[in-house]
Amino acid sequence: MYLLQLFNGLSISSILLLVALGLAITFGLMKVINMAHGELIMIGAYSTYLTQNIFKAYLPASMFDWYFVLAIPASFAIAFVVGLILEMSLIRFLYGRPLDSLLATWGVGLVLQQLARSIFGAPNVAVTSPSWLDGGLMIMDGTLLPYKRLFIIALVIACLVAMYFYIYRSHEGRRMRAVMQNRDMAACLGVSTRRVDAMTFAIGSGIAGIAGCALTLMGSIGPSLGTYYIVDAFMVVVLGGVGKLVGTVLGAMGIGMFNTLFEYWTNASLGKVLVFVCIVAFLQWKPMGFVAMRSRSLD
Amino acid sequence: MLQQKWTPQRIWLLVGYAAAAAALFSAPMFASDFRLNLLAKFLAFAIVALGLDLIWGYTGILSLGHGIFFGLGAYAMAMYLKLEASGGMPPDFMGWSGLKELPYFWKPFENFGFAVAMGILIPSVLALVLGYVTFRNRIKGVYFTILTQALVIITTTLLVGQQAFTGGTNGITGYSTILGASLGSADTKRVLYWITAAVLIAVFILCRYIVGSRFGKVLRAIRDGENRVRFIGYNPAIYQMVIFTISAAIAGIAGMLFVLHVGIISPSMLGIVPSIEMVLWVAIGGRGTLIGAALGAIAMNWAKSEFSTAYPEGWLFFMGGLFVIVVVFMPKGIAGLIGQIKFRKKRKEEDHEGIRNPAV
Amino acid sequence: MKKRLFYQLGLLLVAFALVLAGCGGNNNEPASTNGEASKVTDAPAEDGIKVGILHSQSGTMAISEVSVIDAEMMAIDEINAAGGVLGKKIIPVLEDGASDWPTFAEKARKLISEDKVATVFGGWTSASRKAMKPVFEELNGLLWYPVQYEGLEASPNIFYTGATTNQQIVPSVTWLLENRGKKFYLLGSDYVFPRTANLIIKEQLKAEGGELVGEEYTPLGHTDYATIISKIKEAKPDVVYNTLNGDSNVAFFKQLKDAGITSKDITTLSVSVAEEEIRGIGVDVLEGHLAAWNYYQTTDTPTNKTFVENYKKKYGDERVTADPIEAGYTAVYLWAAAVEKAGSTDVAKVKEAAKDLEWDAPEGKVKIDGETQHIYKTVRIGEVQSDGQFKELWNSGEAVKPDPYLKGYDWAASIQPTE
Repeated sequence: MYLLQLFNGLSISSILLLVALGLAITFGLMKVINMAHGELIMIGAYSTYLTQNIFKAYLPASMFDWYFVLAIPASFAIAFVVGLILEMSLIRFLYGRPLDSLLATWGVGLVLQQLARSIFGAPNVAVTSPSWLDGGLMIMDGTLLPYKRLFIIALVIACLVAMYFYIYRSHEGRRMRAVMQNRDMAACLGVSTRRVDAMTFAIGSGIAGIAGCALTLMGSIGPSLGTYYIVDAFMVVVLGGVGKLVGTVLGAMGIGMFNTLFEYWTNASLGKVLVFVCIVAFLQWKPMGFVAMRSRSLD
Repeated sequence: MLQQKWTPQRIWLLVGYAAAAAALFSAPMFASDFRLNLLAKFLAFAIVALGLDLIWGYTGILSLGHGIFFGLGAYAMAMYLKLEASGGMPPDFMGWSGLKELPYFWKPFENFGFAVAMGILIPSVLALVLGYVTFRNRIKGVYFTILTQALVIITTTLLVGQQAFTGGTNGITGYSTILGASLGSADTKRVLYWITAAVLIAVFILCRYIVGSRFGKVLRAIRDGENRVRFIGYNPAIYQMVIFTISAAIAGIAGMLFVLHVGIISPSMLGIVPSIEMVLWVAIGGRGTLIGAALGAIAMNWAKSEFSTAYPEGWLFFMGGLFVIVVVFMPKGIAGLIGQIKFRKKRKEEDHEGIRNPAV
Repeated sequence: MKKRLFYQLGLLLVAFALVLAGCGGNNNEPASTNGEASKVTDAPAEDGIKVGILHSQSGTMAISEVSVIDAEMMAIDEINAAGGVLGKKIIPVLEDGASDWPTFAEKARKLISEDKVATVFGGWTSASRKAMKPVFEELNGLLWYPVQYEGLEASPNIFYTGATTNQQIVPSVTWLLENRGKKFYLLGSDYVFPRTANLIIKEQLKAEGGELVGEEYTPLGHTDYATIISKIKEAKPDVVYNTLNGDSNVAFFKQLKDAGITSKDITTLSVSVAEEEIRGIGVDVLEGHLAAWNYYQTTDTPTNKTFVENYKKKYGDERVTADPIEAGYTAVYLWAAAVEKAGSTDVAKVKEAAKDLEWDAPEGKVKIDGETQHIYKTVRIGEVQSDGQFKELWNSGEAVKPDPYLKGYDWAASIQPTE
């Protein structure tokens, strides 16, 4: 049974990580506290819903199962575009004002939620998950690992690898890191910081879109979807330490595992309280999170 | 500034304040019972806004957990009211949660004085402890803000989960009397309104005093450059702790008054959304000006109660949009806007700087 | 320094204006404010009877409550088309509770004391009802509450047209014990209705020979049920009695299916999943699971046929009706009938006239119980079909007398209030 709990913990960690990855970029690298991150996840989920409906309406039923393959890039693209618009119209005024960015994006989140309510209606919508993700892998009798959870773990690993290569192994990534580390210097050297900012934020948003797509497998799809995840996502990033992917992974693993264990030993409400108490206590010990960026600057 | 000599402007200002106070106190003459009740609620919110402005506008600490302090004050008062309504018997919700005896920590709340004291003390102590562990460790800015959110989740989950002791999601409601006077009667309501107005004015004066004092100057210095303050030889953590505690106490007082007017307190009032809304009032009214914060609270709530019914959908668009615009383009809120119009030329340079090096 | 003072003076003026606007200004002409705030029909106010409709049009509960508003508006339109009550038109005054309990109390106060409505139809969550109850009792208003709830309440100022526990939970537990097995696992959201309902179920299980193998509450908005599902697997229950609320249902049922548990392995019976919720969860995950209600869209009565037809005609073919929608619709008709009988909209007279009042509701014949102000309702257990509708597996045959305090059940003695 503990094996299953371990898997459950891993699964919850992977979902948290997927949700927090986009935030790790926008918050961790750009110091923009994007409270509308949850709504970008919601946009991803609704994109999946739309893709499904298009498949249902225009393609033969035999093709239906493959909508999900298309839904992942579609969610990424739509959330990417929304993120880009958001950055160009709003976020660019907010660099260097993290607390203001928190408040302003909260307002954006409110508007996006209401927009979703106006377009799709207040009730939840149903997304039928593809049949090739039904069922699970039986490893011992009684212990079934659902394919959907395995799929999300794989998706998260894929996202991580892609991000690693983008940030640490590509030209764009190098520029991105340069701008985040020393904006003025990078600008002096001819890097278009405006462009890099916009791209970075849009990519963070796009990953939120993918998270939304994956979440349609596990839960409800409605206007308030994002609000369920946003605080957890922030906890992951803060706990992990700002600015490093490794930290985010550790943060997600920590919260996911402890969440499962506490929930298993006590109950869901108390488990949640205990996890948050642990986070607060941990930050007393290490205020900068698991992996702190070393810096000589004071603020 | 308060201690300065009597210039004509200063006299006019005092006349203005006196007129505002007079208007507040005479509101019962021309407002219906319902409107008065509503106004009283807004005044309670204005009190929280004042406290929040102290820490956010003047010290640069953004708390997204002020709903907790507000709520804890409210719960203390609600416990007293509920016990008075049930005559010292276990309140109704304990019955349907399977609790037959009054828990020991509920007993002292039969005493009005004790309840009021707790309504101030519990938020203060919690704020002090939180302030101690965070500010001492130099957890600040964004990290502090996110920690306050974690605290919100802990508190609301506990309040909801311990239904037998707290009334769960329903919260505590169904009161009858306060100190023997019926809460339903128009006279009691009028007296409670006056008390609220008086408390608001008292808190306003207290805040003015704090802000104008030497202590207040250090607070602003912390907001504008915490490390510089530290290098001069002050310990910012102590100042932050003290002001955070005062702010929490003010929120607790406001919570107690809120319960008296509204007749219900539930965990949803302590949640993240109400906590952010409180910040919104201050942002829109104008952080860093006390009167702006109080006005922001009254204006936003008044607008909410007027328009949210007529346009429930449009209202959220409006509120979200307004929030974005105010935070991004008018960091000083309505108060700042009025200032800008009046002294456009003079303040232009200042504002420019304000945008580039904002308060927080 | 001078300028600063001027500036503060300017602010003060604004303050002054605001305070006046906030209290005095509106008071002069309350009628115009109301006109703005409500969607009033063209008829002048004195020709009609104003009634309040107070549900959440925004916020988390809007999902559920908006359909009830639709049903209540439909009933009002139908009654108006047939000549109104006492020869006058009913004028609905809509207010938004915004999923916020103090707002419900505030708006209830406004409806009664400012708009002077004859009655109010409103509320969904227990918390919203508890928030409004003191207001209605203080101002002697009248509230019609349309949702099944946890019982243990009978306010003289509220009529309850949804089921109380002995019209939904208690009979369904008995049915499950007889038909599906003795081992129960109780799963609910962490709030008042599930906790109270489960308190009752536990007593009932003790008395009727059932066995409790587990009990779990999850915070509202909980999204991951993996751990709970593995706890359920370990406990090996025959029945999962589900009192989860809202979005949690979606996560739970989707993940239950993923964990390889179907309705054939473990019976689940839900009390908060109706036709509307099925559409949001997806039929593929819900098929075969059970629910207990008093009404389904498929309920076979002549009134229901026209009710469903009219509802779809008015609001669109894709819309479905469900238990709370029907209860809201019924509430309006019952009130109208009581007013006709009393010949007045006076609260005391309407209450008197409502005693033993009968009406042919879509769910079948209902009757108001004068003592508790609840209504007699037929209990129905249904199974989700592949078209998203319920198939009725069992019904109580006749309308069950409401018993909010469960006085008719010996085993419930410990739950009843001590007074």
